[in-house]
Amino acid sequence: MNILSVENLSRSFGGIKANDNISFDVDQGSILGIIGPNGAGKSTLFDLITGYTKADSGKVKFFEKKIFGLSPDKISNLGVGRTFQKLKPFADQTLLENVMIGAFVNEKNIKKARDKALEIIDFVDLIEKRHHFAKELSTGQRKRLEMARAMAIEPKLLLMDEVTGGVDQKTIPGLVELIKKLKKTGVTIITIEHNINIIMEISDNVLALDQGKSVAFGSPKEIQKNKQVIDSYLGTFDAA
Amino acid sequence: MESKLLAAKSEPLWNTNNKVISIICGLVILLFSLPLFGLNSFYLHLFIMIFMHAVMAQSWNVIAGFSGQISLGHGAFFGIGAYATSFFYMQYGITPWISIFFGMFISAVFAVLIGIPMLRLSGHYFAIATLLIGISFQVVFQRWDLVGAASGLWVTMTPEDSWLALQFHSSKAPYYYIFLIFFIITFFVVWLLSRSKLGYRLRAVRDDPQAALSLCINVSNYKIIAYVISAMIMAPMGSLFAQYILIIDPDRVFNIEISIIVLLITVLGGIGNVWGPIIGASILIPISEYSRIYLGGTGGAVDLILYGLILMIICIFRPNGLISFIPKHILERKKQK
Amino acid sequence: MTSEIILQAIVTGLMMGLIYALIAAGLSLIFGLMEIVNFAHGEHLMLSMFSSFWLWSLFGLDPLFSIPITILFLAFCGILTHYFLIRYILKAKMLIQICATFGLSIFIRSIAQLLWTPDFRNVDKPLLEGRIEVGSVFIGQPQLYASFVCLLAFIGLYLFVTKTETGLALQATAQDRHAAEVLGIPSNKMFAIGWAIGLGCVGVAGGMMANYFFIFTDVGINFALFAFVAVALGGFGSIIGCLYAGIIIGLVESLGGLLIDPSFKLLYVFVIYLLVVIYKPQGLFGRY
Repeated sequence: MNILSVENLSRSFGGIKANDNISFDVDQGSILGIIGPNGAGKSTLFDLITGYTKADSGKVKFFEKKIFGLSPDKISNLGVGRTFQKLKPFADQTLLENVMIGAFVNEKNIKKARDKALEIIDFVDLIEKRHHFAKELSTGQRKRLEMARAMAIEPKLLLMDEVTGGVDQKTIPGLVELIKKLKKTGVTIITIEHNINIIMEISDNVLALDQGKSVAFGSPKEIQKNKQVIDSYLGTFDAA
Repeated sequence: MESKLLAAKSEPLWNTNNKVISIICGLVILLFSLPLFGLNSFYLHLFIMIFMHAVMAQSWNVIAGFSGQISLGHGAFFGIGAYATSFFYMQYGITPWISIFFGMFISAVFAVLIGIPMLRLSGHYFAIATLLIGISFQVVFQRWDLVGAASGLWVTMTPEDSWLALQFHSSKAPYYYIFLIFFIITFFVVWLLSRSKLGYRLRAVRDDPQAALSLCINVSNYKIIAYVISAMIMAPMGSLFAQYILIIDPDRVFNIEISIIVLLITVLGGIGNVWGPIIGASILIPISEYSRIYLGGTGGAVDLILYGLILMIICIFRPNGLISFIPKHILERKKQK
Repeated sequence: MTSEIILQAIVTGLMMGLIYALIAAGLSLIFGLMEIVNFAHGEHLMLSMFSSFWLWSLFGLDPLFSIPITILFLAFCGILTHYFLIRYILKAKMLIQICATFGLSIFIRSIAQLLWTPDFRNVDKPLLEGRIEVGSVFIGQPQLYASFVCLLAFIGLYLFVTKTETGLALQATAQDRHAAEVLGIPSNKMFAIGWAIGLGCVGVAGGMMANYFFIFTDVGINFALFAFVAVALGGFGSIIGCLYAGIIIGLVESLGGLLIDPSFKLLYVFVIYLLVVIYKPQGLFGRY
């Protein structure tokens, strides 16, 4: 079953087409990886789906319900969680408080919200850091914080923007494991990744974007054979 | 792993420090018994001003410290409260105890009317709009004949002390207790607010509105809620102040100085912290009252020079206010390495 | 009400608007550069008028000739402001930035009140005096010259920012101070220059207005409010937007005063502000 279907989504910024007629479906419980060079329109696509940016045209359906044009808080309320490429933790609050703010969505009681937040913090392996302020955490830990915070709203669909971007090599395997662990909980995931090897490892389907256009969509194996993708990613394959 | 989670879950919800609690209880008892020691009227006045300004600053703290929106015209709500009690008492003989709520209600309505358009926008727009609003209220009341225009309202004096009319001529002690009780109630309410779901969500809005949106928080609604709560805390202080001095005019209750001092007290004490306004008011108000006594007529300007200077110094050296001098282990939880 | 009176109001509004535009341009330049709103802008204007006044009253220097001194004085104030206050709060939260410049405004205004009392003063018999009659419209000479000089200064500022090397460096810093630093543009120096020029604009406006305006310690408040509104209308950081916005405000003020009631001038401008920020939050003219 499709959890999300995107049809002909377009958005331009002052003449530059950031997203040009993009369509794809996401199966429930799967991981969709989005790849593409810088400026391909990956983050814009996330902003369009979650309502942070208004699309010029197109349709977005979440469980057959139109979410196109809703405000971000309404979309998240339907069960779409997200993280941000440029991290946005609540810097002056502790890790626990950050996650609790997410947990309050479905839990009014403070104690229960706290316990739920603790469970999620334990899930992302940061339980020892729960009373640290977000500004005191490392980049990798803040990525986990954002994932935990998004998970706390109990999303059915989780959009993750560059989980492994900007962290050092040692931290990456842990974050990849976390995404796999997350998938086992049943949540559907769309993830933007720079690292093509990670995408091939974790994704069920891959969407390749280039200059705002969708150039390929399919299973990792199909994508690896796709000539256009090879052309734009040849260098990356070698490097990795 | 599992045991660490269990240990974390068994922690108390709040960082409670028995020493701090007993100090606070002691202080409250002391404050209640102070007038019994025969404090002279200057000291009673000083404490009344501290209570009043602490509550006013707390009101500003709710909108600026909790939800991150800077209001530079908060005096407007103070003035509304002051005019509400005096006007309804003089025109219709309604007891101030009831019209305090009128003042709160009118302030809340204005907060919604101002908040709906302005709080959608980013900080500077709101700050500038509130600056304009503060001055607009003063201009309108200066020319509004129904409420006495520039000469203001001179509340009809009761011949004797009256609880019904909330007027006390023989002693300041009743005022002291009324302000003290409002002060305690306000702080208790805001303290509860800061620990509630609403408080958490307001701080989320303050720290990062974009991220708050991704957590199902309707940012502009929450800002408006904070603004309304803030206005409703401010208005009763205006009402009580009007009963305390019994003569109000636009230059006194809509003065931009009111908007300045609430901001200054909060920033001085520690913005975003429930205790900040108390610390700020306890330090600043005595300075201001004493400078008024010792410097006489020019005291007004010297006051303000000090305010401006303190504000700049705090912003440069202690942006988190004086509360940041309190050792971390009292305020924050112990962190594991 | 005759058309002459309305024409008179339009001319008055236009002349005032050009002055607002220059004051706002200074504010906008500073904001564009470091995203700080100078809430002490009105007090800086007050300082420039007093500078002009004292040069006249102590040394007999006509405001027209003391303008360069006033500009330099204000530019110096700008550098001082940056050096002693702004550079410490560049990275602070917006809330602290607003409180800091707000504190500066209280500080300057109350020191002025202590030194000079809140009395009203004016420059007696300046060189620019009297008025000329064009058709049926009376134009005050000092007002006319003031708006003309402000317009010239505005054009100068615009050319400086868009055409000169320093101006382009300022723009680069405004867009991305880190990238500009990589290119060898020291942002701290650029900020100081921005403050000097921004307040220099205020110096021009204040110096010219000293010819015909009452000079007192609270004089800046209304001008600053109008400048804030102009900057919001013109789009925060846009300089050319300030010109249009300043003129709009001048016209609204004088026509509103003529057609409704002059004592509520502030309210008309406020209404315009509300309408624009609600319907066009980016300002009427966008940035640059």
